[in-house]
Amino acid sequence: MTVALTHARLLTGRSLRTLSRQPAYLLFTLVQPMIWLLLFGQLFRRVAELPGFGGGNYLDYLTPGVVIMTAMMSAGWSGTSIVQDMERGAMDRTLTSPIRRSAMVTAGLTHQALVTLAQSLIMFATGLLAGARYPGGGAGLLVVLACAILIAVVFAALSNAIALVVHQQEALIAVSQFLVLPLAFLSSIMMAPALMPDWVARATRFNPVDWAAVASREALVATPDWGIVLDRMALLSALAILMTWLAARAYRFYQRSL
Amino acid sequence: MPAATPAIEAMELGKTYGKGAKAVHALTGLSFTVEPGTVFGLLGPNGAGKSTTVRILTTLSRPDTGRARVHGIDVVQHPERVRQLIGYVSQKPGFDPVATGLENLVLQGRIHGATARDARSRAAALLERFGLTAPGRRLTGTWSGGMQRKLDVAMGLMHRPHMLFLDEPTTGLDPEARMELWAEIARLARQDGLTVLLTTHYLEEADHLAARLAIVDAGRVVAAGTPDQLKTALGGDTIRAALARQADADRARAVIGAIPGVSAVVAGGGALQARVPNGAAVLPGVLAALDAAGIELASVGVARPSLDDVYLHHAGRSFGEADRLGNGREAVLL
Repeated sequence: MTVALTHARLLTGRSLRTLSRQPAYLLFTLVQPMIWLLLFGQLFRRVAELPGFGGGNYLDYLTPGVVIMTAMMSAGWSGTSIVQDMERGAMDRTLTSPIRRSAMVTAGLTHQALVTLAQSLIMFATGLLAGARYPGGGAGLLVVLACAILIAVVFAALSNAIALVVHQQEALIAVSQFLVLPLAFLSSIMMAPALMPDWVARATRFNPVDWAAVASREALVATPDWGIVLDRMALLSALAILMTWLAARAYRFYQRSL
Repeated sequence: MPAATPAIEAMELGKTYGKGAKAVHALTGLSFTVEPGTVFGLLGPNGAGKSTTVRILTTLSRPDTGRARVHGIDVVQHPERVRQLIGYVSQKPGFDPVATGLENLVLQGRIHGATARDARSRAAALLERFGLTAPGRRLTGTWSGGMQRKLDVAMGLMHRPHMLFLDEPTTGLDPEARMELWAEIARLARQDGLTVLLTTHYLEEADHLAARLAIVDAGRVVAAGTPDQLKTALGGDTIRAALARQADADRARAVIGAIPGVSAVVAGGGALQARVPNGAAVLPGVLAALDAAGIELASVGVARPSLDDVYLHHAGRSFGEADRLGNGREAVLL
């Protein structure tokens, strides 16, 4: 177990170092979420005036949702580094070394979780500066960060599993086109459930992105309904565990295909 | 570990990729043994099954049939124990281009359980040994191909393995870088007592480096021994003749074949090869017979058998031809 932890730490350190040495990519990773928030915040500002939103500041409503959306989008690309390692000999070298398979899975997910944490904090700060207020305070913030990390784990694990099974960058692009965007729009990230067409509102109940958005928004109001928050977080945790297991299975699948 | 244990025992390895009509039989009962402390060459054209063999021995892939042991440990039953003993340098570059040489080596050492301090001193020693100290703190993505390849080998040595696998180590290197790497590989076995298994489709590489070698064709070993044994076993010399007119090839083969004790084969491209017991004695007769038949020669020579002749003898086709066919086959595999 301690060996696996050491390996996970070494591999996570390696991938963070790689990220830090690609300043353009790093900047993009950190600036893009701000742009999402400010762009959507401006574009849909008057949406909050519709009955069903309660007439508050739209940015208050939007910030937790965009945090979740960004976590999902950025995690969808997590498999890219696996495809790169497979195209080079790095994956072969890793698989013939004593690195634990569990460490390979955890390192990829930990990297994504840390990136998500940084992105989420930046978005919160941006929201605050732009006038959004979060009455839920510190506890609310922690819930949003936890939800963002859970959703990042879900999608990073899925992306990793697909990379290991399909071995192609193109497949990952398909995932982000056909999965990530519909999931973002079939959720209450931008639009209050009361204002959705009936079928969309029903579909959101099966959408993990919506679970995360609902829990995050709820935790940030003045008097949260903790039942809703815990319910959605339990669902997210269960899914994150399932997806992590899937990613671990995918490593075995990959090795059997060699 | 008792001296009697071979470094590698491969027994009747079989591996098929795909199913039905598309199935590719990469290995069809491949066996060989490697003694510790030597450089052993797996020589064969592209697609012969060399890389598949190495992948099985390094625990990357599992054989469908047969067994393999590295230092007496079964690769299928105890892959994690085998991984402690081996270093593996695959055909594709395995270093991280966004890290420095030193960082690459240190990470590799840490993964194998070395402390940060031990890993750093071992890494510095290996950089020194491979002449990479000066660029050691620069990002490896900016290094030359020869330097990168040396780093790959050094990474395979970080944890002081008992056994090093080098899969096509010099493919794509310029002649100078190849000679340098050859010198390093030779030194590993001679000075460090390391067992090295090397795959190559360069005949001269196997001839130069391998103490013993196995010639692999279509997924099995067709001949094994020291390069000298393999050449001597063929017996006699080889007469090589290049015809002035390619169209004469079949007639020329018949003329030469009619001389007692000589059998000739067309090696392609208007060239003929004949194995004879004693080249110098037979050559005048061959020349006279060809002259009488009105067949003109562009060049002619007598040579000791080369590994190319050994391959031709055992596989029934010339190495170059098999290599071209194998490239097509490998494309199917990918």
